[in-house]
Amino acid sequence: MGKTLFEKIWEKHLVKSIPDGPDVIYIDKHFIHEVTSPQAFSGIEKRGQQIFRPLKTVATADHNVPTINQHLPIVEELSRLQVQKLVDNCKKHQIELYGLGHPFQGIVHVIGPELGITQPGMTIVCGDSHTSTHGAFGSIAFGIGTSEVEMVFASQCILQNKPKVMRINVEGELNKGVVSKDIILYIISKISASGATGYFVEYAGSAIRSLSMEARMTICNMSIEMGARGGMIAPDETTFEYMKNRLFAPKEDAWDEKVEEWKKLYSDEDAVFDKEINIKAEEIEPMITYGTNPGLGITINANVPTVESISDEGERKNLIKALEYMGLTAGQSLKGMPVQNVFIGSCTNSRIEDLRLVASVIKGRKKNENVNVMIVPGSQQVAAQLSAEGLDVIFTDAGFKIRQAGCSACLGMNEDKVPAGEYCISTSNRNFEGRQGAGSRTLLASPLTAAAAAITGVVTDVRELLN
Amino acid sequence: MKPLKNIQSTFIPLTEENIDTDQIIPARFLKSTSREGFGKNLFRDWRYYHNDEAQPKAGFILNKPEYNGSILVAGKNFGCGSSREHAAWSLLDYGFNVVVSSFFADIFKNNALNNGVLPVQVSDKFLQKIFALENGSTLSVDLEKQTITIDATGEQEKFDINNYKKTCLLNGYDDIDYLLSIKQDIINFEKTLA
Repeated sequence: MGKTLFEKIWEKHLVKSIPDGPDVIYIDKHFIHEVTSPQAFSGIEKRGQQIFRPLKTVATADHNVPTINQHLPIVEELSRLQVQKLVDNCKKHQIELYGLGHPFQGIVHVIGPELGITQPGMTIVCGDSHTSTHGAFGSIAFGIGTSEVEMVFASQCILQNKPKVMRINVEGELNKGVVSKDIILYIISKISASGATGYFVEYAGSAIRSLSMEARMTICNMSIEMGARGGMIAPDETTFEYMKNRLFAPKEDAWDEKVEEWKKLYSDEDAVFDKEINIKAEEIEPMITYGTNPGLGITINANVPTVESISDEGERKNLIKALEYMGLTAGQSLKGMPVQNVFIGSCTNSRIEDLRLVASVIKGRKKNENVNVMIVPGSQQVAAQLSAEGLDVIFTDAGFKIRQAGCSACLGMNEDKVPAGEYCISTSNRNFEGRQGAGSRTLLASPLTAAAAAITGVVTDVRELLN
Repeated sequence: MKPLKNIQSTFIPLTEENIDTDQIIPARFLKSTSREGFGKNLFRDWRYYHNDEAQPKAGFILNKPEYNGSILVAGKNFGCGSSREHAAWSLLDYGFNVVVSSFFADIFKNNALNNGVLPVQVSDKFLQKIFALENGSTLSVDLEKQTITIDATGEQEKFDINNYKKTCLLNGYDDIDYLLSIKQDIINFEKTLA
């Protein structure tokens, strides 16, 4: 029987299996950031241990950094201390740090791929659930807790139960105005916020193959939002084209050898998945969420479900609670509803291609005067590219505030927050209660849909602006 | 990590489903560089109006003094979302040793086990039976036998945990102790990776 892509990589990294217990998996690359690493550093120090393989860990500061005036000391004391702790820890333990002020600094899941650190066939972990992003290159990549960060520090391994494997096939051609964010929001709305718990997901099919690497990263990024440990896409020419000549990608002969190796990374034709889901690309329209988990999404022209339409009692209660928090009514349309904030950024949608999509909608237009627009490039390199392409002029002409690289208003941790009670159309990944700041109300959508709302000031079907 | 064996306690029911780790501990409280002191911010925005300890939300169960115990019983898909281990730390620091639900998110489950908080997964039916109990009823969790019992009625369910993790919890060992003990195997394995 053939093997799945997941199994091929897992088996290659299996150090040993504990009888009636988890597997010991070797980790090729470990990313860390300021929020989930300090307790892991103090943990290994308390045990009197050294970091076993410091060269296999790379650090950046992203979650808890300001996105203006990054050259100045961080104003908020706890944040400043936490970021400084990362600097101290990396220095002490000889870990490469792309910290504030470094030209490679940025959101950890943006910089790994753009520097060529993320490569096919690798096992990659980080103390952040959106580590699944790196699976777009055909790697096993998943988020871990701080105890597991400490395990990697101590042994370059972690203990994991082998998950089941699911394949989601998206076949066909995408409609106009539909981008990869819509694909993943559509999938999650179909299978729910817990529909892939216990699984690792491989995305396949002609619609997935047609996507750029940036678009594939957006899809793998949100795998965790349906409960999956991770998502992955088999590498192909698109992958190799993206990676070639990246800073840490293999060079010359080593490159050719690696590409030959990477070409073997696919699920065999007779491989068996524990579950398969088939989706027609033509069914997908621009998506938006109305609730407080990413599974509560609808197509832009649909109405919020009515309470009566839901048979499961628990789900009905969830819907009522979510709508109360969101200040919405069951059965209503979202289209035309005023929004006060637009956030374009996060590890889901802050790469250069995402920003090009935004520019394509707003070029020659002005933002609505009632909307506060934050646009946050995912890394210093994305910001530099933005200027090189002249997109910064398009954004400032439209009245957008361009900020510096970081997680920004995705998670309500740093200075960037959405005020209580206000709506925000956000290209990020979570619409949980209070996610973007206490009392904030998040509507998740694609960069195109977010750009459209920035111009009109209301929830808009972007296709009306593209005509 | 403290060893964990048998727990008999009253419980606190939280019937909501899909409780994500942003609710358990909002991101703005993740700025600490230690593992201690997170309990006071557990379910922070469900507990207080305007983030103000002087304005508790009277209807929220953790604010009702008649509800207490070291077991939290929650609706399905508990712990979804962010990988923050702070969620497990805040539950433990608040005084919970066991969380019962009909479904747990994967990362949360690992984080809980790595901190000596036992996730007990029960059937939907059993969960509803627990929710229907009067306040003050007790539950007994026996890790060795892998059972959870409603003491008033004697109704019981078995729960899953692999033998490795069970041994760790019963003895207070953690995974890092284990990984350090097989370091030579890891070094040998590295030689096989080209």
